[in-house]
Amino acid sequence: MARFIVEVMLKPEILDSQGQAVARALPRLGFEGVTQVRQGKRFEIEVEGPADEAATERVRKMAETLLANPVIETFELRAE
Amino acid sequence: MSARVGVITFPGSLDDRDAARAVRLADAEPVSLWHAEGDLLGVDAVILPGGFSYGDYLRAGAIARFAPLMEKLVAAARDGLPVLGICNGFQVLCESHLLPGALTRNVGLHFVCRAQRLRIENVETAWTSDYEEGQEVVIPVKNMDGCYVADEETLEELESSGRIVARYLDVNPNGSLNDIAGICNEAGNVVGLMPHPEHAVEALTGTSTEGLGFFTSVVKKLVHA
Repeated sequence: MARFIVEVMLKPEILDSQGQAVARALPRLGFEGVTQVRQGKRFEIEVEGPADEAATERVRKMAETLLANPVIETFELRAE
Repeated sequence: MSARVGVITFPGSLDDRDAARAVRLADAEPVSLWHAEGDLLGVDAVILPGGFSYGDYLRAGAIARFAPLMEKLVAAARDGLPVLGICNGFQVLCESHLLPGALTRNVGLHFVCRAQRLRIENVETAWTSDYEEGQEVVIPVKNMDGCYVADEETLEELESSGRIVARYLDVNPNGSLNDIAGICNEAGNVVGLMPHPEHAVEALTGTSTEGLGFFTSVVKKLVHA
């Protein structure tokens, strides 16, 4: 069994209002010095078979098709 | 024979009945379409209603986009079938790439529900010909993910080709770029709209009846086709 991690983030130019809200909340809790927070999504995907190139390609396809919206998001993929 | 306008129901759609009622008030026959079917039943136009298809899981509209009926709809829309996506329907249209850009979380992070003044800027589309260019109307907005975003090039193209169908006036309720409330595709048969014209079709239940024009527009077009 192979396990992949896909992390999806909003593109830097897309306003991340949720990340901003988190950044604004942190100083109120005493966490000073936070200059930016960006919020994203992490997917853990398990597939049958080895974590070879073909499996990686399939997970990449999943990320492009469904997990991320390439209009507003980018993703990073790695085997674990 | 009256025009037949399909309304697709996804799991989590909320406003399919209101959309069907608006179609009826525009003197057309509403046809209920279930997302899991593979046939558009020969309808003359389609409305993707508001709501929270698949609970907005992953991204609003992201899973609905892959419903079996959506494959048929995307092909039919590319062939000129009039399609109106309202709120969640607009999100589904963007996820399907029938319309450019995307809809993200409201800038204020709150669900917004208000009577909203809009300006109708493009009256050449299949869904807006009953309005006058520049006409100001009041139609409810109610959304969580209504912030329209697109890259600069896309925005410039939408602006220069007159594809902004409606724009927010007074207050921008969700942070949409350029106050965009609705856009259309190049051919003008596909329109995405964040406000809800189907909630403004009767004096008894609406803040106005100024939403009815979206439905009478398409019906007139179909009858005269």
